[in-house]
Amino acid sequence: MSQTIETTTQDTAALRELIDQALAERESNQINKKNKITIVAWDGHLDRVWPTLILSTTAAASAMEVSVFFTFWGLFALVKPERRRKTGKDWMTKALGQMNPGSTSKAKLSRYNFAGMGPWMLGKVAEDYKTPHPSELLQLARDMGVRLIPCQMTMDLMGIGVEDLIDGVDEPIGAATALLEMKESAIQLFI
Amino acid sequence: MDVITATVDARGQSCPGPLVALHKALRDGRSGDLFELLATDPGSKSDVPSWATLSGNELLESGESQGVFRYVIRKA
Repeated sequence: MSQTIETTTQDTAALRELIDQALAERESNQINKKNKITIVAWDGHLDRVWPTLILSTTAAASAMEVSVFFTFWGLFALVKPERRRKTGKDWMTKALGQMNPGSTSKAKLSRYNFAGMGPWMLGKVAEDYKTPHPSELLQLARDMGVRLIPCQMTMDLMGIGVEDLIDGVDEPIGAATALLEMKESAIQLFI
Repeated sequence: MDVITATVDARGQSCPGPLVALHKALRDGRSGDLFELLATDPGSKSDVPSWATLSGNELLESGESQGVFRYVIRKA
């Protein structure tokens, strides 16, 4: 009888040790996430860029760190609106530049675009409701310290240089740095 | 009675206007200062408490009168 109790006590002690070990291990593996949001802005449509910028500015107003990584079609939101761009190194990248005019003011709707009628109507309604247009929100985001990060690979692929981008954007980065931004963020979104 | 440091009038503005305006006002204030926010955006009813949780500022009062929402916030 007494032997059984002793064995049980030993087992319990051994089990507790195992649990403590497992807990310590889990603790050391944990990533300390910052009060930060990272958004991957992949789509260039007006109705995607808009919520991205609303979330970014609201997060910045809520004392969160904000990084937005502009990649593929999303990158065109950071391209200067001025004049007809002559970006691209060869006919293919030049054609891509022609088909994707720069800035959010030229962005199309993903549906109900109606050759520009849709975006114009949405802009008009937003004006009436005093919701800032993406072009204003982009400026606001920049002023509030939101990091606007262009994707280096997309720039190469589309033939877009740093001189084609609006002022105040971050240094272009690659996928690994983008992943690092996401890893340390409490919230990550792909829009 | 506590004195309101500044009033942020965001009546007529919709998301994210009121919160951005509030954030700007708080930036110029000091810890413990009280701010009053006036808004007509119905979304502010849920958004102002959420913003307080996110930003760590304290929401002391919230109410509505004749379509105008009024909030009192203490800067952390």
